[in-house]
Amino acid sequence: MTQAAQIQEEANQFAHGNKPGNWKEYFSFSTDHKVIGIQYLVTTFFFYLIGGVLATLVRTELATPESDFVSREVYNSLFTVHATVMIFLWIVPGATGGFGNYLIPLMIGARDMAFPRLNALAFWIIPPTGLMLMSSFLVGAPGAGWTNYPPLSLVSGKAGEMIWILSILLLGTSSILAAVNFIVTIFKMRVPGMGLNQMPLFCWSMLATSFLALIATPVLAGAMILLSFDVLIGTAFFNPTGGGDPIVYQHLFWFYSHPAVYIMILPIFGMISEIVSVHSRKPIFGYKAIAYSSIAICGLGLIVWAHHMFTSGTPPWLRMFFMITTMVISVPTGIKIFSWLATLWGGKLDMSSALLFAMGFICLFVIGGISGVMTASVPFDIHVHDTYFVVAHLHYVLFGGSVFGLYGGFYHWFPKITGRMMSEAWGKVHFWLTFIGFNLAFMPMHKLGMEGMNRRIAEYDPKFATLNLICTIGAYLLAVSTIPFIVNATWSWLRGKPAGDNPWRALTLEWMTTSPPPVENFEADPVLATGPYDYGMGNRATEVDVPFSEADDPSLSAGPSSTLRAKPDPVAAANPSDRGDESYNRE
Amino acid sequence: MNIPSQITTLLAGILLTLISFWYGQNHNLLPVEASKNAASVDNLFNAMLTIGTGIFLLVTGILIYSAIKFRRAPDDTSDGPPVHGNIPLEILWTAIPAIIVLGISVYSFDVYTAEGGMNPMDHSMAHGKAHHQVAAQPGSAIAATLISQAEPTQQKAESVLQDPATNAVREDIPKRKEAPTLGTVTQPQVGSSPEKAGKPPEVVINVTGMQYAWLFTYPGTEVVAGELHVPLGRDVLINISANDVLHAFWVPEFRLKQDAVPGREAELRFTPTREGQYPLICAELCGAYHGAMRTIVVVEPQEAYDTWLQSQQVASAHTLDQAIAANPATMTAEQYLAPYAHEMGLSPEILDQLRPHNGHS
Repeated sequence: MTQAAQIQEEANQFAHGNKPGNWKEYFSFSTDHKVIGIQYLVTTFFFYLIGGVLATLVRTELATPESDFVSREVYNSLFTVHATVMIFLWIVPGATGGFGNYLIPLMIGARDMAFPRLNALAFWIIPPTGLMLMSSFLVGAPGAGWTNYPPLSLVSGKAGEMIWILSILLLGTSSILAAVNFIVTIFKMRVPGMGLNQMPLFCWSMLATSFLALIATPVLAGAMILLSFDVLIGTAFFNPTGGGDPIVYQHLFWFYSHPAVYIMILPIFGMISEIVSVHSRKPIFGYKAIAYSSIAICGLGLIVWAHHMFTSGTPPWLRMFFMITTMVISVPTGIKIFSWLATLWGGKLDMSSALLFAMGFICLFVIGGISGVMTASVPFDIHVHDTYFVVAHLHYVLFGGSVFGLYGGFYHWFPKITGRMMSEAWGKVHFWLTFIGFNLAFMPMHKLGMEGMNRRIAEYDPKFATLNLICTIGAYLLAVSTIPFIVNATWSWLRGKPAGDNPWRALTLEWMTTSPPPVENFEADPVLATGPYDYGMGNRATEVDVPFSEADDPSLSAGPSSTLRAKPDPVAAANPSDRGDESYNRE
Repeated sequence: MNIPSQITTLLAGILLTLISFWYGQNHNLLPVEASKNAASVDNLFNAMLTIGTGIFLLVTGILIYSAIKFRRAPDDTSDGPPVHGNIPLEILWTAIPAIIVLGISVYSFDVYTAEGGMNPMDHSMAHGKAHHQVAAQPGSAIAATLISQAEPTQQKAESVLQDPATNAVREDIPKRKEAPTLGTVTQPQVGSSPEKAGKPPEVVINVTGMQYAWLFTYPGTEVVAGELHVPLGRDVLINISANDVLHAFWVPEFRLKQDAVPGREAELRFTPTREGQYPLICAELCGAYHGAMRTIVVVEPQEAYDTWLQSQQVASAHTLDQAIAANPATMTAEQYLAPYAHEMGLSPEILDQLRPHNGHS
């Protein structure tokens, strides 16, 4: 029986790029989206290690109740720079710039991004900016938290503050440039025959992410410019002694920084959708529901920001409005979670490292989501705001969510990027170390926060000593857990088993060319002989627990006639029942 | 689908529900409840934790079950069943979470209303006690006419500053004006609970945050203290502001937190219900010594509270009157020791017990 992957590969023989890319050019200045993608991935991973070192220093200080490891000023700088690096130099550029750049053109069958030089510019902003932020430790690093609320940020060291503001402005600019590029690429450069509803789900999530970045980032830039005036020339936009209002800064800051959470998680949602479907050999459950829920999250994500400010300066009606919008945004997120579970259910799970990380992601992200709904509830948030409960929540979302997803992405697309397989055994060691270390480090923080331990403190009540020690041990384990990954990735890149073009037998177009793909990706435009998730399409008579086909009511059927399915191009469709008239996506 | 699998599913569902309910009630995650609204916040948390535990167990259960049951045989290269989706199922898992979160929203709104979140400023006419006492102060008559012309939030701020002790510890920072529409925008607070709406609070205390301490002033007295004393079971209103940077007034045992914002007059209103000493923590990053910016709140019966306030008045009167020419010889032992006793955290009753009662023998 012919498998879906074989059908798709055979149909795309003519498009298959034959000249493998030369790996040396990945280290040169280039406008090739794959080179830029790899540059993003390697650079941001390097910053991830720096952020990790800072986190380890923070946890070392917190191993004991006294402030005895670094000075209090340095401690404040450690957690400030840790958060800034992890958000602006690792997760945002790693997920959107790295995987987005590498995968989007390949997935939509394009030769490159719409604006290759703009793309290179967006990347080359990042390394100097990152180094500049690091150099702030030489002149007194910023220490007002990554939120950098005035008036505290106005009375701390000017040099460190300005470096921080400038870094955020530059990284924001890079993010805006990348967002414009993604939107144009996705709308204009899809291969003929690929409608929006036939794109892989990662493209949908990158589209939603890019809209968020494009709408929200300029607001942050505005806030940063006003703040720099306050710092440098003594204006009083946010300085209360001159009649300014610090709460206005918080509104402007969170108008970007809450959507930033979705900028960090939406691309990961897309990656998880790809990984879960491929590695459980089943079509993604409810393609359209997952795709449109990304757009719903994009829209709702813009109107929830003030839930970070329930205790600061918000009147009751505003608290209630933002509580309800925040609660509602968990619904589209829930749709995705349940759809992934339904995709796994009844599949043929290969339990590879990529799938392990994806399943770990689902498990941990659900915890972060539940604590997110709790903190959305105003009366409870008034208690836990600015405590370790929030620290636990945000790490479950950003580490348990984003970083687990990124690791899953590394294991899944490594064979495509390098042409070699990663070691599965070391991948599993990496997963379990990370999973255990992560829960050890962050699970106890929920209790710490509710019991009364506030955030951003170098010294704490001795009654919290035991739990904090557990957290610190977990953090060390987490630091150690990156070693198997680095060793595995380096060794596999040089000596790993050759991967072939499509080691996971996937259907999306990036697997239809050589690994690593040549410059300009494809010899000719690839076609969609099957939909992006048509696993098991040769086999249309399977009996399953849900009504499989309802000829008279396609909205009730679960099989290939389901209205939720992403269908192949009607012109090139392999299965006769998918063929139709000329596709309106073809000009 | 055969019957035994339905029974297993049913049993698993019952077990999951039971565990969720048990854990929702026996989590031991929150500190003691020391204010009237704390219990309702805790009940809200218990409800959310019950639902959350259920969802977590469901998701993790499915993940673990799938990992074991649906593992691919090593030589099996075929695909799984081509199930693309099911609209009734999608509707189900859209509707159920939507109903759950809307239910939590309504419940949270209820708890928030009960703790007074929706009744801000309804007692702003109710600072009569403070007004009468400051009226004795020189210059207050002029201030009173000035504030009557100001708009409400500035009036509120001015009335707080009528207290000379508060005025002395607070920096002069321009006060935010009220936004012209959409209710109160600039003055954040948790106001009076519905049953107390319109009634003046029984005790008013002003709190000022600064790097790195809290100062508490008790209008009508000259007292400036470094720790908060509140009478048990009385309706307390706290006016909160800050002198330099943002701080946040947090008492975990009261389940209440409010940021102290320079240039704004925030307030919290609560009724302490449990005697004891609780930590009072600054919860908003305020600089290098943020972690050390903590003091205690003492909840004590009214008589102990009054005695403490009097001893503080003696102490502050002592410092005011005798600061220039302090002559220990003219003081009684209590007067002399009061400031030291206060520093050590001793209450006057304890001092009284320690003192040899030779006058009575």
